[in-house]
Amino acid sequence: MALTEPLAVNITDMGFRYPDNADMSFSKLNLKIAKGDRFGLFGPNGAGKTTLMNLMTGVLPVDEGNITLLGHENGKQKNAVNKLFGFVPQDFSFYQELSPVENLEFFGAWSGLNKLQTKQRTDELLQILGLDDVRDKQVKKFSGGMKRRVNLAIGVIHQPAILFLDEPTVGVDVQTRHAIIEYLRVLNDNGTTLIYTSHQLSEAEGLCEDVAMIDAGRIIARGNIDNLLAEHKQESLEALFINLTGKELRD
Amino acid sequence: MYKLWATIKKDTRILLRDRVGIALMFVMPIILVVVVTSIQNSTFQLVGKNRLPILISNKDTGQSSAQMIKAIGNIGMFRVLEMPKNQNNMADAMHNADAMLGIVIPADFSAKVSAKSKSVADKAMTSFGLAGDSTKKPAGDVDPLTLYYNPVLQESLRLSVKGALQSSLQMVESRETLRTLYFSINEKQLPEKLENDMLNNRAPINEMPVSKDGVHITPNSTQHNVPAWTIFAMFFVIMSLGGSVVREKVSGSYIRLKTLPTSYHVALISKQVVHLVVTMFQAAVIFSMGIWLFPYMGLPALNPPSDLCALVLTTLICGWCAVSYSICVGVFSDTQEQSNGFGAVSIVILACIGGLMVPSFAMQGAFKSAASISPMHWCLQAYYTLFLEGGKLKDILNNLIPLFIITLIIQFVTYLGLKRKNLI
Repeated sequence: MALTEPLAVNITDMGFRYPDNADMSFSKLNLKIAKGDRFGLFGPNGAGKTTLMNLMTGVLPVDEGNITLLGHENGKQKNAVNKLFGFVPQDFSFYQELSPVENLEFFGAWSGLNKLQTKQRTDELLQILGLDDVRDKQVKKFSGGMKRRVNLAIGVIHQPAILFLDEPTVGVDVQTRHAIIEYLRVLNDNGTTLIYTSHQLSEAEGLCEDVAMIDAGRIIARGNIDNLLAEHKQESLEALFINLTGKELRD
Repeated sequence: MYKLWATIKKDTRILLRDRVGIALMFVMPIILVVVVTSIQNSTFQLVGKNRLPILISNKDTGQSSAQMIKAIGNIGMFRVLEMPKNQNNMADAMHNADAMLGIVIPADFSAKVSAKSKSVADKAMTSFGLAGDSTKKPAGDVDPLTLYYNPVLQESLRLSVKGALQSSLQMVESRETLRTLYFSINEKQLPEKLENDMLNNRAPINEMPVSKDGVHITPNSTQHNVPAWTIFAMFFVIMSLGGSVVREKVSGSYIRLKTLPTSYHVALISKQVVHLVVTMFQAAVIFSMGIWLFPYMGLPALNPPSDLCALVLTTLICGWCAVSYSICVGVFSDTQEQSNGFGAVSIVILACIGGLMVPSFAMQGAFKSAASISPMHWCLQAYYTLFLEGGKLKDILNNLIPLFIITLIIQFVTYLGLKRKNLI
């Protein structure tokens, strides 16, 4: 994707440090992600993927520099920025005591939709994600795969321009993974920028165009997948990943 | 407004599906109110139905000891039991008779009371200038009665028992002295009617509960306990609400909410509205039980205060304080165990220092000062003014204002906690 303004995400000289964990920090980090991109963010455990995701979504405040989403500075225009993106966290971040419909009703309202819009989007999403038959059942009784789909539905209910996904397919079967990836492709075809982290590199290779690999809070590789594989003389994203981050076990 | 309405619906649904939480908020306090009121009702009926059993070992054979036993029975506080002749050990006998108190009357009690009376009468005759035998040696003191008591008996009750016994003893000694004196002067027996007139001519004491509206409500266990334990019940909301706040944090819902274009204040307002309704409902259920159900359970009925607006306002502020405290504990706790453990223990402590378990006026100086930091104290004082003294809104403003200020402080601390933990 061409880096034309406004960028989906523009991170400029960003610095961040956890008050109680000096090991996990970013310093002068720069990253640009184009609008409409399918962008993969990879790295070993503890590399800083989730922290970077939390910084981009404004869950954590940056210490230095700034992050803009579609030209709006994150942290300064909270309500305007938060309407632009959706977030699908790694955890099941919804209310397990409620049904999918009740969860979507609540999160739809919080995402800025009115009652009618929420109802329309709820019906649409439950149909697309195969949850229509269980729309009124409590989510706590669902399988892991069904919960992942509910998690995804909540993140996209307001049709965001940018969608952040933190390991959206972890712990699901092949069928569910396939359904989720297919739905993400449809969203991207409709103009949604996808920013995605996963440990499933083969899956990511099929979905993403551009990637960044991070380790210890630094970007160690960035670019188009084909170009990176050619540059590092590797045949797969997984081989490239091992080549760049080593075989040593991480916490 | 739609956001707030959707949030209130969400919180209500979660609350209604938390059956354990509902049981803790309603069933447990109701059981507590019924049990405590029933137990305290027995204490209120000490002079009446439930007299304290007292075991008497009378080693004396004279009249004074018999009169003494009769006087103890007439106090109205004791059920007199005679110690079986075959038992010598008072502790065993009290245990067998299930008696909390025991008295041993010494063998020469009547003789010594009589001798002392004669001695006093002689002194009096000499003092009147009549023929008294002033050369007589003064009689020795009457051997003490020994009062045995079960150590579980509270000191305040023990002191009342001692006072009642001393009054009986004084009656016996006065009667004996009077008879002796009368006989010395008139050389005939004191007529029974005159004796009764002389001994029972004390001015009566009328008991009158203090009232602000002129209507006298006789205090009883229901009137004392229902308001007090309703406050406790309202603070029990912490078991559900504190845990719910922690669950939301732990499940990651907070993080998602933070990324949405809505202020977290909407969530806080919704939680407060929903749980405030719960506390109002708790109070309504417990007060209704006191008014309509307690009489069927053999307990005194609750008399509602005349100023119902003041009652609603007090309940509303107390409920708001309980809800604010629960959210505050939830915000500062990292796990549900922390929230439930700290929450439960802290409300018991607040209830203790607030005067729910021991009246504030009976506390020592430092604890009296500590009571003022417990929101339960201010709420209890307001309820007592309404339920026991027939007070109106103007009479409880000095209680409601501190309660309101404490609630605002708790809200501010919660806000700081949310900021510090990067939750808003």
